[in-house]
Amino acid sequence: MQLTIWTYEGPPHVGAMRVATGMKDVHYVLHAPQGDTYADLLFTMIERRDHRPPVTYTTFQAQDLGGDTAGMVKQSVRDAYERFRPQALLVGASCTAELIQDDPGGLAETLNLPVPVVPLELPSYQRKENWGASETFYQLLRAMALPHAPPPGTERLPVVERWQTEGRRPSCNLLGPTALGFRHRDDVIEVTRLLDAIGVDVSVVAPMTSSPADLARLGDADVNVVLYPEVGGQAATWLERTFRQPVVRTVPIGVGATRDFVREMAEVTGLDVDEALRIVETRLPSRMPWWSRSVDSTYLTDKRVFIFGDATHAVAAARVASEELGFQVVGLGCYNREFAREVRTAAKALGIEPLITDDYLEVEDAIREAAPELVLGTQMERHIAKRLGLFCTVISAPVHVQDFPARYSPQMGPEGANVIFDSWVHPLMMGLEEHLLGMFQDDFEFANDRGPSHLHAEAPAAPVLSMATEPEGANAGEGALRAAAVPAAAGAGPHASNQAPDPAGAQAAAASSAEAPGVGTAASAGAPSWTADAEQELKKIPFFVRGKVRRNTESFAAERGIPTITVDTMYDAKAHFGNR
Amino acid sequence: MNPSTLDAGDRRAETVPAPTPSVSTGESRGCRDLPVLKERGQREVFCGLTGIIWLHRKMQDAFFLIVGSRTCAHLMQSAAGVMIFAEPRFGTAIIDERDLAGMADVHQELDKVVTRLLDRRPDIRTLFLVGSCPSEVIKLDLSRAAERLNGIHAPDCRVLAYSGSGIETTFTQGEDTCLQALVPKMPEAPDSPGTAVATPGAPVAPASLLVVGTMADVVEDQMRRIFDALGIGPVHFFPPRRSAELPPVGPGTRLLLAQPWINETIHALEKRGAERLHAPFPLGVEGTLAWFRAAAEAWGVDEARLMEATASGRERGARSLERHREVLAGKRIFFFPDSQLELPLARFLHRELGMVPVEVGMPYLHRAHMEQEMELLDGDFLDEGFVLSEGQDVDLQLDRCRAVRPDLTVCGLGLANPLEAMGLTTKWAIELVFTPIQGFDQAGDLAELFARPLRRHAALRSMPAMPVMPAMPAVPAMPAVPAMPPKEG
Repeated sequence: MQLTIWTYEGPPHVGAMRVATGMKDVHYVLHAPQGDTYADLLFTMIERRDHRPPVTYTTFQAQDLGGDTAGMVKQSVRDAYERFRPQALLVGASCTAELIQDDPGGLAETLNLPVPVVPLELPSYQRKENWGASETFYQLLRAMALPHAPPPGTERLPVVERWQTEGRRPSCNLLGPTALGFRHRDDVIEVTRLLDAIGVDVSVVAPMTSSPADLARLGDADVNVVLYPEVGGQAATWLERTFRQPVVRTVPIGVGATRDFVREMAEVTGLDVDEALRIVETRLPSRMPWWSRSVDSTYLTDKRVFIFGDATHAVAAARVASEELGFQVVGLGCYNREFAREVRTAAKALGIEPLITDDYLEVEDAIREAAPELVLGTQMERHIAKRLGLFCTVISAPVHVQDFPARYSPQMGPEGANVIFDSWVHPLMMGLEEHLLGMFQDDFEFANDRGPSHLHAEAPAAPVLSMATEPEGANAGEGALRAAAVPAAAGAGPHASNQAPDPAGAQAAAASSAEAPGVGTAASAGAPSWTADAEQELKKIPFFVRGKVRRNTESFAAERGIPTITVDTMYDAKAHFGNR
Repeated sequence: MNPSTLDAGDRRAETVPAPTPSVSTGESRGCRDLPVLKERGQREVFCGLTGIIWLHRKMQDAFFLIVGSRTCAHLMQSAAGVMIFAEPRFGTAIIDERDLAGMADVHQELDKVVTRLLDRRPDIRTLFLVGSCPSEVIKLDLSRAAERLNGIHAPDCRVLAYSGSGIETTFTQGEDTCLQALVPKMPEAPDSPGTAVATPGAPVAPASLLVVGTMADVVEDQMRRIFDALGIGPVHFFPPRRSAELPPVGPGTRLLLAQPWINETIHALEKRGAERLHAPFPLGVEGTLAWFRAAAEAWGVDEARLMEATASGRERGARSLERHREVLAGKRIFFFPDSQLELPLARFLHRELGMVPVEVGMPYLHRAHMEQEMELLDGDFLDEGFVLSEGQDVDLQLDRCRAVRPDLTVCGLGLANPLEAMGLTTKWAIELVFTPIQGFDQAGDLAELFARPLRRHAALRSMPAMPVMPAMPAVPAMPAVPAMPPKEG
């Protein structure tokens, strides 16, 4: 039993709904109690879909439990088939129906409907949404494509020979996009555009946009591209084994990954790699490399970012942050344990501890402790950041209605890199503004504790903690922002080398953690106290680094057994830590 | 529990003639004689857990711990449309396979979760363990758990249990089951007889008024001012703003329903001697006046004083409705079942704004509590094929809605955009539950909620009809590029 306030993933049947809703001509009959129909609004409201998800719920009630719930399943399947006439039916149970063990899939099969009926076994008490989506896609794909599979042992022509002998361009399927996916709609367009430029056609996009009949012909393409491994990876592996289709697995998020993707695709299809890269650079150039190199972006150097999301987006974001924007990644994690290995590898390369958890509270604590200047996360991290007075940009599902923009806004490919530059850099304090704030913090209009001036509408509100768990006197924003500069040095020059957080700092962080109510006050009682002068001096430091300075100074004093922090202690600490 | 559950017939729609009401009041023939279309198919409604969304805001010292599945947690963060930035006073103890397989003792696990929670939130005075579909199906006895936990955490925190499961409750019924759990904890009214046994036939003079059902604080304050002007009191509201301060109840208590979904709670209060005053719901000027009148009559306040105390409210209310009447009069409205407010709303919109109800769907029809509403909803539109429906078969109901093409359709969030995409104008039903709509001074706001979608529809008329969202927008045109020469080697 786990205490949950917000959840990153829904139950697995919601994953199945994402597959069914993205597709055409498929219908999902879900054995579920009244109330489970709430899931429809995820699609009609958050994604603004203009159709109801193709889902029929049995909506049984207490009075049905003693009676014929199996009969309800059969009736619902029959009715759904008659009304919607899908090419294939998915039949399964939600968490409650799983407990009453009616075997809806088996019941549906006994009806001898003239279309394939795919039973879904999605264990609600073990698995979650992404797994459910992946499994559903895989099961439906198997049901539709297996009849078209070549006999085992059949040799498949090498990719190059296939398309050359047939006198056409090489072709691929794009696997993984679903309904309710983060920017899936635009990523598919962008990747299709990119592939078209280098001379590769997209055959089928699945599950989103395809019908069961389209799944049946997935084996016809030369190559499979896995855009979203969480949903498409399992299907691609099966297609590779069954149809001997090679798989391109690089996810083209960011400039470097987009180049790697083009290179991998060219190699797999037998295209000229250099020519393909040249075409992308000349015909579909991204502005991100120049935007990032231009001197204005110097202020982005070593901005501390905390990254959390699904593994694919988190790993991609870490690469973009560190290699393309010059940020310092101070936290990296994912909520989907199934893909934790990728995150661990990426975190190791960055020299940080990976955070693998689906506990929102644990993520909040980690962010508080890492004290980043920018959070790249999900809808959940947006909430955490708001609470801690930090800026946040959403990079991964789960997302809310504002993350389905009207405009074209992919994350992948050249345009995706442009979008990333704008959306990640936009929330940050601008370069010169940062300096001016540091120098003239007492300007009555140029107020120090305001957010960036170009963001009057989006500046985080004064942080509010809903619970009385902060150490006494510690402003939440300060507690959160453990950055490393003292006024005049803010943002200037290359930053000093990194060090692991010292134990005292970690202790201070633990004290401020929401996990330890009441402890905070006790712990801070043992921490060094501040003289009035020192408190005053601290207030002259721009708000976005003030917390970091407070934290560093306190740990400096604690390490040296200094009971009272004076102005001198502060500057001693500054000299000790440098720009860190 | 759910009155509609009494009727376990065929899942297909059937038409059942309404029983003749035992008491006949007034000369107008209301819709109570209408046949009711009872449907038992797919129900597109929330479960009772959703009530937590307003209950946890109303009772600020209470925490709602759902004992359920990931689906319950997912529902809670999706249903309200927005997540609340502050840490909410609700959460889910997610049952996992270890609990189900008996590898972990569910009660021990629950105790651990509750201890962790109360350590985190020492400010909580009442903890509700909220039963869900899975907890009901595995027969997890949350009342027993609540008793045990109460032994540990009382008096700092009282632990109670109720069910918000979808198999037993529909959306707003969750408030009913929650309040019902509080009734036994309510103190005995001080001027009641020593024992709580009410003796029928021995009338007790009104000693206090209890208004039952969540309303916005601001509305309660308005109403309290009017009750004061009428000399009616003491007046208590239930649920109270602080769960630790429960109002008293006893044979002298008179009950006024603020919300139509309060049913079982009323029975529980009646068992403690309280008496329900018969009134329509306080929606619109007419409904609000009749609601106050019911209390006035019980307290022997004469009509002149009632009219005087409500004069400014009635006048402001009537004025606020005027501009909306232009937009709404003559417009045909269709209600999908959602909160139980459908019938009172239809009455208000028809009688005070001239709208024409074409179908009023309700999750279930509680005749005793809807009697006044059904009488008021007069029969002059019956010839137009008006349908009063109970329960739901959403596909059939959508067919009817498409066929009659109402000017305004009131429906849940899952149906609204699909109906808009068909060119229909909709109003989210859930907003009617989350917005202050009761009383004279909210009558205009309530009308506005219905007028706004129509005004918006009119304002946007010059825009081309919404293109149906393609499953995938077309790929921007790119000139075909000849295939590259294959790589050497």
